[in-house]
Amino acid sequence: MRIELNVNGTLHEIEVEPRTTLLDCLRDLLDLKGAHAGCEHGVCGACTVLFDGVAVRSCLMFAAQAAGTPITTIEGVTPGPGELSPIQDAFCETHGTQCGYCTPAMILVAHALLADNPEPTREEIVEAISGNICRCTGYAQIVEAIALAAERMRGANRPRSLSK
Amino acid sequence: MSADRHRYVSTDRRVREDRRFVVGKGQFVADIDLPHMRHVALVTCPYPAARIKTIDKSAALAMPGVHYVLDGRELAEATLPLMTGLDTPNVPRRPLATDVARYAGEWVAAVVADTRALAEDAAEKVRITYEKLPFVLDAEQAITPGAVLVHQAHGSNVLLDKTFVWGEVEQDFAASPRKLSLRVKWGRSATVPIETFGVAASWDPWREILDVYASIQMPRYADQISIALQIPVTSVRVHHDVDVGGSYGVKRGIKHTVLCGYLTRRLGFPVRLIEDRLENMRGGDAHGPERLFDVDVAFDDNGIVRSMKMRALENVGAYAGRSPFQLGKPIGAIVGPYKIKSVQYRAVAVVTNKTTQEAVRGFGQGPTNLALERTMDEVANALGLDRLEIRRRNMIRHEEFPYTIPSGTTYDSGDYHTVIDKVLANTSYEDLKKERDRLRADGKLAGIGIAACLEPSGGNATFEALLNPAITTSTFMDSCRINVDGMGTITASMHTTSSGQGHETLLGTVIGEVLQVDPDSIRVTRPDSLNSLPSGTPVGSRMAIMLGGAAFHAAHKLKAKLTAIGAHDLGIPLERAVFKDGTVSDRDAPQNKRAWGDLVQIAFRNYHRMPAGLEPGLAVSHVMQVPTGGTLPTADGRVQMYPCFSFEFHLVLLAIDPDLGTPEILRYRVGHDCGTVINPKIVRGMTMGGIAHGIGAALYEEFAYDGEGQLMAQSFMDYLLPSSREVPAVEIIQHVTPSPNTVLGQKGSGESGYLGAPAAVANAVNDALKPLGVSINTLPLKLSKLGDLIAEARAKKGN
Amino acid sequence: MKAAPFEYSRAADIDEACAMLAADDSARVIAGGQTLVPMMVMRLARPTRLIDINRIAALSYIRNDGDGVAIGATTRQCVVERDALVAARVPLLARAIPNIGHAATRARGTIGGSIANADPAAELPLIAITLDAVLSYRASGETAEIPAREFFIGPMITTLPAGGCLVGVRFPVWQGEKIGVGFHEVNARRSDFAFVSAAAQVELGADGKCKRIVIGVGAVTDFPMRLDSAEQELMGTTLDAKAVDAAVRVALADIDALADLHASAEYRRRAAINLASRAVVDALAHAQGRKSHAH
Repeated sequence: MRIELNVNGTLHEIEVEPRTTLLDCLRDLLDLKGAHAGCEHGVCGACTVLFDGVAVRSCLMFAAQAAGTPITTIEGVTPGPGELSPIQDAFCETHGTQCGYCTPAMILVAHALLADNPEPTREEIVEAISGNICRCTGYAQIVEAIALAAERMRGANRPRSLSK
Repeated sequence: MSADRHRYVSTDRRVREDRRFVVGKGQFVADIDLPHMRHVALVTCPYPAARIKTIDKSAALAMPGVHYVLDGRELAEATLPLMTGLDTPNVPRRPLATDVARYAGEWVAAVVADTRALAEDAAEKVRITYEKLPFVLDAEQAITPGAVLVHQAHGSNVLLDKTFVWGEVEQDFAASPRKLSLRVKWGRSATVPIETFGVAASWDPWREILDVYASIQMPRYADQISIALQIPVTSVRVHHDVDVGGSYGVKRGIKHTVLCGYLTRRLGFPVRLIEDRLENMRGGDAHGPERLFDVDVAFDDNGIVRSMKMRALENVGAYAGRSPFQLGKPIGAIVGPYKIKSVQYRAVAVVTNKTTQEAVRGFGQGPTNLALERTMDEVANALGLDRLEIRRRNMIRHEEFPYTIPSGTTYDSGDYHTVIDKVLANTSYEDLKKERDRLRADGKLAGIGIAACLEPSGGNATFEALLNPAITTSTFMDSCRINVDGMGTITASMHTTSSGQGHETLLGTVIGEVLQVDPDSIRVTRPDSLNSLPSGTPVGSRMAIMLGGAAFHAAHKLKAKLTAIGAHDLGIPLERAVFKDGTVSDRDAPQNKRAWGDLVQIAFRNYHRMPAGLEPGLAVSHVMQVPTGGTLPTADGRVQMYPCFSFEFHLVLLAIDPDLGTPEILRYRVGHDCGTVINPKIVRGMTMGGIAHGIGAALYEEFAYDGEGQLMAQSFMDYLLPSSREVPAVEIIQHVTPSPNTVLGQKGSGESGYLGAPAAVANAVNDALKPLGVSINTLPLKLSKLGDLIAEARAKKGN
Repeated sequence: MKAAPFEYSRAADIDEACAMLAADDSARVIAGGQTLVPMMVMRLARPTRLIDINRIAALSYIRNDGDGVAIGATTRQCVVERDALVAARVPLLARAIPNIGHAATRARGTIGGSIANADPAAELPLIAITLDAVLSYRASGETAEIPAREFFIGPMITTLPAGGCLVGVRFPVWQGEKIGVGFHEVNARRSDFAFVSAAAQVELGADGKCKRIVIGVGAVTDFPMRLDSAEQELMGTTLDAKAVDAAVRVALADIDALADLHASAEYRRRAAINLASRAVVDALAHAQGRKSHAH
C-alpha cells in the first residue's frame, strides 16, 4: 500500500506492506539507520522516535498507522553535517554513550523531556529515560549529559540584563 | 614511565567515537546493505532433546521470495565442526543440528529469502518431524551415574573434571581450628547486549575472498571461519570497522558466521543473518555461566583463612566452544585479594540440554568472586568478627607485592588497604551501620554489603593449557602500526573490532603522549583482517594494556627513528638529540633543530640526508607479547595467568521490605584501582556499566528453565534488564597503584564493577536477613524468593 | 520478529469497524498496539486484517456523564493521566495510570485497548472492576453495556462478542465529602507487569467510619478480583489496621494464586494481603485529609 510519511519535516511517499513497522520502514525504506532494533517487542526503547514530539516505540507501530503525524528521528535533530546539537554535545562531554546502540533513542527522549521541562531534577531525568535500556553505561553519564544539556540550554541566548 | 604529570594520559579528554554515535551514524551490521543481499531466518527445535527424523522443505521453498532451505546434514557435509577449547571430539558443535537436537531453540534449518519477513514466513512452513528423547537440565543430575546422556558418543556428560592442589591443603586443614562449608550458586544469566548478534557474508569467487561484516568480539574469528569452511584464512576478510552494539564477551557468533559463509558460497549472493531477540535468547548460544560452588575453608580464631577447597560445577549447556575455559581463568586469582596459603580447586564442566554458553564479562571471575566473598562474610559471622576487619586481616599488604598466589600467578601491585580507607573516608562505616540500624528500627530489613575483589587484566590464554594440555599457547598478542605520511600527518591502526570501549581514543591518547602531539590529530583506522597484524581482540580486560602497550612501543620506535634522522642531519651524536613536541634539537645548542616538517621531508624525499641503514618513510609497527607471559603451566598446574590485577572494593547499603521482599539499594560506593587511568571518562563508564550489569545478575536476570526444558525467559518481558530506576547513584572513589608490568602503569578496567557488584549485593542481602537467622546463596536474589524466605523464617520464629 | 502478513484498513466510524470485524473472523481492531503488536511480531496473534480505529474521533473523549466520568475507548492513557476531570472525580484511576508501562507506551496505549486485552496483571481492568465501571461496546449496529465484573471471565478472555468492539468505559463517581484512594503494586522493576496489585477506595461518613469501601486485587488470579467479604466486614468500622488486615486475610485465604517464573503462588497470596491492606490504609489516610504513605 502507498502511504505518505512526514519524517524530519520531509514528506515521503512510499510503498509498504501493512506489516512493515515504522522502525523497519525508517531503516529499510527511508535509509534512516539511527533508530535501532533491540528487541522488536517494545521493551528496550532503542527504536524510539518522536511522534508529534512525543517519544514512542517505533517497533510497536505499523508504518501505515504513522501517516499524517510528524515523525522526528535522530537525523532530524542533528543540526547539519559535522554539527552537534547542545544535547548531542553534552552526551560527548560526559561520555554518555559507549557502544552507541541505545544512544539515538536516549537523545530523542532527552529532547522530548527538555522541550517539556527545561529544568528537570535528577529524579525526573531518571524517570524519563527509565523506558530505555542501556547495557554499557549504567546510566550515570547519560543522566549527567541530560542535566548538563538542560543547564546549557537554559543559559543560552538569554539577555544578560535580565535578573533571572 | 614515571609518575610525571602526563600531558594527555589521565586527562579528561572526550572520547572521539562518541561523535558518530550521538548522531546515529554508527555503522552496525544491520546498517550494512550489500547489493543483492538476501536474509536468513532460523527454524528451531521445540524440544530439549530430539532426534530429527524428517525435514520437508517443499512448502517453504514454494513460498514467494524464498531461495533456499539449508539443513544440518548438508552443512555438515561441507564444513568442519566448530572449534572447541577442550579436547572433546565426541561433542562436536555445528551451526545446525544434524541428527539430534540437544536444546529447545537449537537451530535445525535455515531459510534464505528476499526479506527477513519472507524468510520467517517460510521458516514456519518447514515441516520437521522429531522423535522426542529424554533430557537432563540440572548439572548435579547430569553427573550422577545413569544420567541421561546429552552426547551418546561421549559416554558421559562430563567435558572436564580436573583437580588442582597447590600447597599443603590437607595439612593446613588438619592444622586449623575452624572450618566452614558453603554452597553458592551463580544463576544462569549473561550480558545480553541491546544489539543482537548479526553477520553479513559475501563470497567473491573470482577474488576468492569471503567478506564478513559482523557484530563480533572473538579471538581467532578469521581462523575459525577458515577452518570450518575449509578455505584459506587469506580468503577471509573480516571487516573490523563494524561498530558492535555491546558485547561484554558474548558476541562470538561463529555458528551464525559459518552458516552465512556457507550459504553465500553455495548460493552466489551475499547473505545476512540478524538474530531477532527470540532467536538470540534461545538459540544464539550467548548464555553465561551457571555455576555451583562448594567451598570449604580452614581458618583460625582470628579469622585468618589458611586454606580453601573449591569445587566449581559448571552447567555449560548442550555444546561447548571456548566457554569451559571460564572455569580456568579464575585460577589466576583464585584466592582473590587474600593471603590464603593453599588451595584445592576442582573444575567440572558438564553438558545438559540447555542453550550453549558463551564467554561472559570476566570469564568466570565474577562467579568466583561471589563464592569467595560470601565465604569471607560467613567466616566473619562464624567468629562474630566484623566483616570488614576480617578482610583487612587476610588481605595482601601493599608492601608484599609482587605477591605470588598458590596457583602460581604473581599479582603485580596493589594497595587494597588504602583503597578501603579512602572509601571509608568518603563514607563512614560507622555511619552506615547507624543508618542500617535506623532502617531496622523502622521495620525494614537492612544490610551492609562488602566485596573486595580483583579484576585480572591483560589477557593471556594460559588457562587453555591448564585445562587442555594439548594446547601450548603462551602468547596473546596485540599490535599497532603507525604511519606518518608524506604530508606529515599520523595514522595509527588497530586490528580488531570494538564494542564501546573507546579504543580509538586510547590509541590517539597513548601515541599523542609519546610523540607529544595532539591526540585528536591522529587518524585511527581499523584495517580488515587481511591487512591486520595479530590481535587477541578485546577480551580479558586487555586492551589498555596490550593495545596501549603496542601503541606505546610503536610510537617509541617512531620517536627513535625521528630522533635518529634529526641527529644525523644536525651532525650531532644521538645522545645530544632531544625530541620535544615533534621537534629534534641539539641539547647543547637548542637553536639548532629540525622541526616535524623537516624530518618528514628527509624521510620521504631527501634520502641523501637519511642516516645509513634506515628505511625511507616513517612506518613502524609493534607486535606485543603479554607482559609476564611466555610460560606454560608446570606439571602441578601452576602458571602465570594474567599480568595485572585491578582492585575494587564495594560498599553497599540495602533495605528489603519484609513483607514484599523487594530489595532497594540505598547507597553505593566503590573504590576502584586500575593503575594509571588513560582516559577517566572511559574508565568511569566501564565501572558504572559493570555495576549495573552486576546488579542485574544479582537481583533480576535469569535464563530460567521449566521442567520441560523450555526457556521461560525468552524475551525482555521476562528477562529483566535493569533500567535507570534499578541502578542507584554510585560514587566511585578512584585510586592509582601503577602496575610495574605495563608501559604507563595502566591495568585493565573493562570488567570493573561486574566482578564485585553481585558479591556486594549478595552480602548486603544476607546481612539484612541475618536477624532472621536465614541466608540465601543463589543468584538471582529475586524478590519473590526473598519474600518466601522471609515469610518462612518469620513463621518459624512465631512471628 | 516480523508479523505474519495481514490486510490493513482504517475505519471511519465504529460501525464500519464492526462491519469489517463481522466480515472476517480473524480480523482485529488495533488502537495503541502496545500489547497487540508484540503478540503479532512474535506470531502469537495472527489477524488476517487489522482495522485501525485510532482516527475515530468519536471514540476519544473524557467527559462528565451524570454521576460518572465517561472515557472513550481510544483515549490515550497519557491523556487520561494528565486530565483534571479524572484527577478530581476518579482519583483511583488517576492514581493507577502512571504505573502502566512507560511514558512511551502510555503515549500510544489506550484505555479501551488495555481493558479489552484483559491481561491478569493490567492496571485498568483492576480499576474497572474495583470501581464497578460499566463498559460499552458496539456489535451488529447496537451499543450494549456490561458491568466490568461480568466482562472479564478468564486470563485475557472477555465476554466481548465476536465482531464487537469496545467503545467506552464509564467510571462511577463517588459523591461524598471524604473520599480516599489507595493503590499499590509490586514488580521487579517499576513499570513491569505487576506481580501483585491492589486498589482501594473508601468513603468516610460524618462519624469518621467507613461508609463505603471497595477493594480489588490484580495479577493474582485469572482476572482481577474484588474482596467482597472484606468489604462487607469493614463497612461501618473505623478501618483500623488490624481489622483491615484480618478482613483482607480472610478474603484471600482460599484463592488459587497464579505462579510463574517471577513469583510463587504463596508469594502472590501473601503479597496480595499486604498490598490490599496498604491500599485500604492509604485510602483511609487520604480520606481523612492526611498525606498517605509513599507507594
